[in-house]
Order: sequence, then structure tokens, then C-alpha cells
Amino acid sequence: MNQTWIILGATSSMARAFARRVADDGATVLLAGRDMDDLKRTAADLVARGAKAEAIAFDARKPAGFGTIVTRAGREEGQINAAVFVGSMPEQSAIDADPSLIDGTVTDSFTGPAQLLQMLAPLMEDRGCGTIVGVGSVAGDRGRIGNYVYGAAKAGFATYLSGLRNRLTRVGGHVVTVKPGFVDTAMTWGIEGMFLVASPDKVAADILKAVEKRRNVIYTPFFWRYIMLIIRHIPEAIFKKMSI
Amino acid sequence: MRWKQTDYTGWGRVLRASGPVARPERLSTLTATLAARLAPAFGNRRSYGDACLNNDGAALDMTRMDRIIGFDATTGVVEVEAGITIGALAKVFAPRGWLPSVMPGTGFATVGGCIAQDVHGKNHHNDGSFGQHVLSVTLLNGDKKTVATPDRNKAVFRATMGGIGQTGVIASAKLQLKPIVGDVMMVTERRADGWDEHLALLDGSQATYSVGWIDATATGAALGRGIVEEAELAAGLVPKPKPSKTVPLDAPKFALSSPVVKLFNTAYFRRVPASGRSVVKPIDDFFFPLDKIHDWNRLYGKRGFYQFQNVVPLDAADRLREMVEMIAGSGLASPLAVLKRMGTGRAGHMSFPMEGFTLAVDFPARAEAAELIAMLEDMTVDAGGRLYLAKDALATGPAIKAMYPEHAEWVTAVNKADPDHAMETDMVRRLNLRSAT
Repeated sequence: MNQTWIILGATSSMARAFARRVADDGATVLLAGRDMDDLKRTAADLVARGAKAEAIAFDARKPAGFGTIVTRAGREEGQINAAVFVGSMPEQSAIDADPSLIDGTVTDSFTGPAQLLQMLAPLMEDRGCGTIVGVGSVAGDRGRIGNYVYGAAKAGFATYLSGLRNRLTRVGGHVVTVKPGFVDTAMTWGIEGMFLVASPDKVAADILKAVEKRRNVIYTPFFWRYIMLIIRHIPEAIFKKMSI
Repeated sequence: MRWKQTDYTGWGRVLRASGPVARPERLSTLTATLAARLAPAFGNRRSYGDACLNNDGAALDMTRMDRIIGFDATTGVVEVEAGITIGALAKVFAPRGWLPSVMPGTGFATVGGCIAQDVHGKNHHNDGSFGQHVLSVTLLNGDKKTVATPDRNKAVFRATMGGIGQTGVIASAKLQLKPIVGDVMMVTERRADGWDEHLALLDGSQATYSVGWIDATATGAALGRGIVEEAELAAGLVPKPKPSKTVPLDAPKFALSSPVVKLFNTAYFRRVPASGRSVVKPIDDFFFPLDKIHDWNRLYGKRGFYQFQNVVPLDAADRLREMVEMIAGSGLASPLAVLKRMGTGRAGHMSFPMEGFTLAVDFPARAEAAELIAMLEDMTVDAGGRLYLAKDALATGPAIKAMYPEHAEWVTAVNKADPDHAMETDMVRRLNLRSAT
């Protein structure tokens, strides 16, 4: 069957690596994001590699544009899929200074993409197929002093994805929740305290494997499942005094 | 753009640098970063010495700028961001009948690096250097953008090919790929029992691609013995290459001690039957034999290694023989040694190639090796030859300037393109290259 992937936040290195991989497998790729010049470059890259790809404007904070993306995807035959790589992580200290930054963080990391997925879901139900990849974060597994607003947004997104999975499973669709640990991207470049950092391509490979195997929730690299298992099980009475 | 304070090295791992490094992923980030702070760029740091280092200064890591931004399937012209590797280009285009016109000995070299060193490949005697297949290059100096071609901004173009990044940050380039009949290599391997035979085989080769592995430990009658490989592209099928391996840690000193190397080299020489043989190989196995072992530079231990590479004119081949004699006598050489016949092709003022024979030998980083290399450097100057800046870590400025007759023209062009000297690197400072005298 024809495969089409809408990639939200396609300017990120993780999304780029994922786009290359699905394009190699023969999928049509719609690269959605804000920096159109950059998206056009990625589209040209995929086309030169022999795939079908185009750039399309997407801004998580401007839902008025979402309809265009859904309509464009609907013009492709076969299975429509979506992968969400958007999110923003202001420094917690910046949010402390200006609490209104919470709105943007939550919109970028959760409600913006969720609105678009909500508009896309009927198309998947119609066609009786479709996979959604939602990239969350291990930060969503527990609120920590360092980035709890971003963590809360990603936690909300994970809960949303769980519900969407529940809905789409009934009609043949599927939702994969991805929780990456530290990935070597522009977001983490030069931040102190990074360890066990994975390459974006390694994460993309893990995601694709999870899509093929119809996994529900994956941690990538895999060992983050165990790291987070421990962190989730620290009693709150102790956790509240820790700074990790 | 965030700057990451980091320690980094070239491939030889002897020379080191420390400083803030930015790694842009998009053109908009790259231009904004450069507008705020001009800094030289590096790719995969496959240069051995300090061409890719800027100690105490800032530097740009270009490896995330790795996209193909245009391809014309009728002409084979491809436009790429500077951080894409030669190996990636070969992988994408070989199955579709195109290959980079020139491929260096490692597929991990980036296009930006290949331009900055005007690299050559095993087809240099036929197809010339990398820069001769560059149709245009886009340079960034702060907020200034320059597009240079062999016809437009000529001086900048020539100063950029082999110009170790001194004309500005190489952001993207247009390359002419070459059409190929198939994506496998038909390789003929012949033993050369000594120096004269080795040179004669290389000199007489009619093959598109040719290279000699030289046993730099053999002495006496066997001096200069080796294996000459000649290859042509062909259509056919070969088994998928085996997955690559990684050297997990720095090897101990004895791994490359003289007896071990001698034993290895003898076995390696005898691997090819006395009558020679022809084999079919995947493209990568022929062009990038060492890429299958990731981080092979760690085999030299944590002190790293030097590579000496020079080229001498054809009529100075006897002088090169003397150098090989000295190397073999020293007992310092490693198994990695290459001899090749070069043609005349070169694209820039500071391009390495000249018609003659080029010799490349690796040495573990020890004081004796540095002394030996200093002698080899003097002998190369005497022989009218030159050293390769992509490999150099030890040369002196006056020697390099004596080897490159167009150096003064290059200085004029780069000082005009980069008047604030913002692109200077450790190598440029060590060799005082931005000054004509």
C-alpha cells in the first residue's frame, strides 16, 4: 500500500533522520514546520535520493493552518501516517521569570500537535489504517525541578496519545509513543550533564522498528526504560528533596 | 546557537584543541551564528594534523549540514551542503549510475573537507583532483556570501580549492559527478617484488584506478616491495559488505611494534598469489578499505600517530627510494603505507598534487618518528617535491612555502577574502601561512 508520512517539526535532526528512513522505504513525505527554506532543502534532499517529498507550513501556535495539511495529506492514496517531533523547552528559569511562557510550551509540546492529530483521526478511521508516532520525552515521566513545565506538557501529550491509541486501534490504526532519553540534537548541544547521548539516526531507527512491530510505548535507547523505572519508583517523600 | 566548550583532535590525535564549537543544523542557524561570531569550520576532522583545529578560538562543526539540495539526473550535477560525506554521496548515487569524480581514501571525508584539501583519489593520474570537478562553491564570511566558480570570482575559487578553509566557511558546493557503468569494482592485484618493479607497474598502469600498498619495513632486495591494485568500475553483483567494526579502546604500545608490523606485512604481501589475481569488490571496499574499522586511529594508542605524505617529481624517484630506505631502516613504520603515481591535475594555489610519485606512511607518535619525518621533509624539499597539508602536523613554515610556488598568490587572495583573519586555524598559525614571507 502507498504510504504517506506527515512529519511535524521536520526541521529537527531527529525528524530529518526519520524522514530519510521512511523515504528510503518508498513513502511520500510531507515535511511540516516553520522554517520553509530549511524544509525545502530537506525535501530536495529526499527527492534527490529518489523519494517523493514536499515542504508544507506548520506552526503549532497557528491552528488556522492545520486544515491545509490534513487536506493535502488526504489527496494521497493509501495509508496516511503522522510523526510528531515538535516541542519547545525554554529554560525553567526563563519560565520562572515569565510564567506566560507556559502557554507556548504547552502549545508547542502538546495541544498544538494534538489539535492537528484530532483533525487527522477521522481520515485514518475512514481508511481503516494509519500510524501516529508521538515523540514525547522521559521528562514527562516525572516532574523535576529542572524542567517541570516542559515535562508536564509532554506528560499531557503522552496521556493524549494513550487515548488516541485506544480510539484508533478499533479501526485498524496505531499509535506509538516514543520517549527518547538524551539525543544529540541542537536542543541538547552544549548543555552540561548530558550522558549516554544517542544519535538522531539511532533514535529514528528505533522508532521505525517500533512502527513495524506496532509497539505501544518505547524508550530510546532502550535502557531509558530502566532508568525511568527507577526514577518513577522513588517515593515522593524522597524525590521531592532530590535534584536530578 | 549554543556553543559547546569541547576538546577535539584531528585524525592523528597528536595535536589537540580546546574551544567553543557550534554545530548548526540549518542554513539560517549557520548564517546567524557566523554573523554574530566569525569562526573557521571543520567537517569530520579526517585531516591528520591541525588543519581542522582552532585551539582557544571558536570553530564550526559542519557535519549536520549534510543534505543534497539539488540533483540533475541528465547532467549528473549535484549541489550539496558542505557536511555531506563522500561515502554518503557514493551510496546514494552509485546504484543510479553516478559517482563522485574523485574519492579520497576515506568515505567519512566531507565535501567541505575535500574542497579545503583539494583531495585526490586512486584515479588522480586520469581524472585529476577533487577541486577540478567542483562547478561552484558558496562561501560565508559573516553576513557576506560569495559564490565562486572557475569563471566567476576566479581568484577566490582557486584560493578555496586546497585553501584549508581560509577564504570563508564553505557552506555548499556544486559538483560534477561522473557517469559509471556499474557499481562494483573489478580489481587486479599484483605483487611487486621490489622498488623498481613497483614503480614500473604503477607507471605502466593503464587502469582508471591504481594504487600501490608498500611494505615500508622491507629492506635489501625486497625494499619497496608491495602490491599494486588496478581497478575498473563494472556492472555485476557482489555480496553485501560485512558490517563495520569499531576499535573499542586505545591499543597498547606493542600492537604496532616493529616485529609485529614486519610479520603482518609479510603475511599481507603473501595474501596475493605470486601470479597475481583479479577479484570483484563492492565500491566501498576498494575506495575506503579502512572505513570498515571505525576509529582505527585508536590502534595507535592514546599518543596518536603521524602520517607522512609527500610527492616528488617523476625524475626524483631515486630520491624517494632513499627516503623509503631510511624509513625501512628506522623500523618505525606501520603497515599503512601507500605509493601512487600522480598526474598533473590540481585546482588551487595550495593544491598538493604534482606529476610524480606520492608516498604516504604512518608512524606511531614517538620522538624518533618526528625526527625521521623532519629529515624526510628536508629531503622532499631537495627533491623538488612537496608535503600534503591534509596530513601534516610537523612541518615548518619556510619549508612549506618553498614547496608551494603559488603561495604568495594564495596569501593575496585569502587576505582579501578574510581581511580580519577570522578563518585562521592552528595549522595556519604554526606555519605562518597567511604571510607571504
